[in-house]
Amino acid sequence: MKSAVVVFPGSNCDRDLAVALAQVTGRDPVMLWHRENEIPQGTDIIAVPGGFSYGDYLRSGAMAARSPVMRAVAEAASRGVAVLGICNGFQILTEAGLLPGALMRNAGLSFVCRDVKLSVGTSQSIFTSRYEEGETVTFPVAHHDGNYTADPETLDRLEGEGRVAFRYAEQVNGSARSIAGVLNDAGNVLGMMPHPERVIEAAHGKTDGLRLFEGLVETVTA
Amino acid sequence: MKTRVYVTLKGGVLDPQGKAIHNALEGLGFSGVNDVRAGKLIELDLADNVGEADVDAMCRKLLANTVIENYRIERA
Repeated sequence: MKSAVVVFPGSNCDRDLAVALAQVTGRDPVMLWHRENEIPQGTDIIAVPGGFSYGDYLRSGAMAARSPVMRAVAEAASRGVAVLGICNGFQILTEAGLLPGALMRNAGLSFVCRDVKLSVGTSQSIFTSRYEEGETVTFPVAHHDGNYTADPETLDRLEGEGRVAFRYAEQVNGSARSIAGVLNDAGNVLGMMPHPERVIEAAHGKTDGLRLFEGLVETVTA
Repeated sequence: MKTRVYVTLKGGVLDPQGKAIHNALEGLGFSGVNDVRAGKLIELDLADNVGEADVDAMCRKLLANTVIENYRIERA
């Protein structure tokens, strides 16, 4: 089981993600600098971390989405490699066109940094197999641009195809249909604003996020 | 050659920043403002051989996110 964490100038959740992946895979992930052109052969999971890549210039995630490493990530995703984007990573995946929609400024205009309740939208994905559909979990969020937007047809399709992985169970940022995380059509790419990697051990106060990483390793290995 | 690219949110897309500006204007006592939409102006200084199609490609590939934004190119 090989995993990799992409690192951009301004990423700040890369080490948290590395700790989470090391814990569930039993080995340290490869840290991939944004200038890399290739994903190491045999990589099973690629994580795109939170932070403020390139200072959020132009739009959150816009510059990172056009970096050399993201072309390699897109190529790996098209081969079926699991790609998990969290927070800024979600913004980058939408900007790169790997996920539909866009993340706009929070409806309340404020940076939101707190624990939020989420409802699991589907257990039928490689990322959410260890959760029950409709189950409530608590993950922290920390973002300014988490207001998920897509045209109504896209939103209908996401809901109809079971591609809403997580929804906010409370008002957070004005996201369309309370969407907190979405899957691509093949189901191997997940983007989400909340941070599962920040709730994986007892010392964090909660461990709701651990099952995401455990489930991912289990399904990818199977 | 100077070229300006105006990036604006699409009509149906809610603009929280425009709403905040609108509220602030009303707070300052400016009445009669029906709506405010905020956008971006990007100024490009281009070589003479860069054509309209190139600028359009720049807009589609980077300068605007066409999921939520429109763009308008104005060549000086």
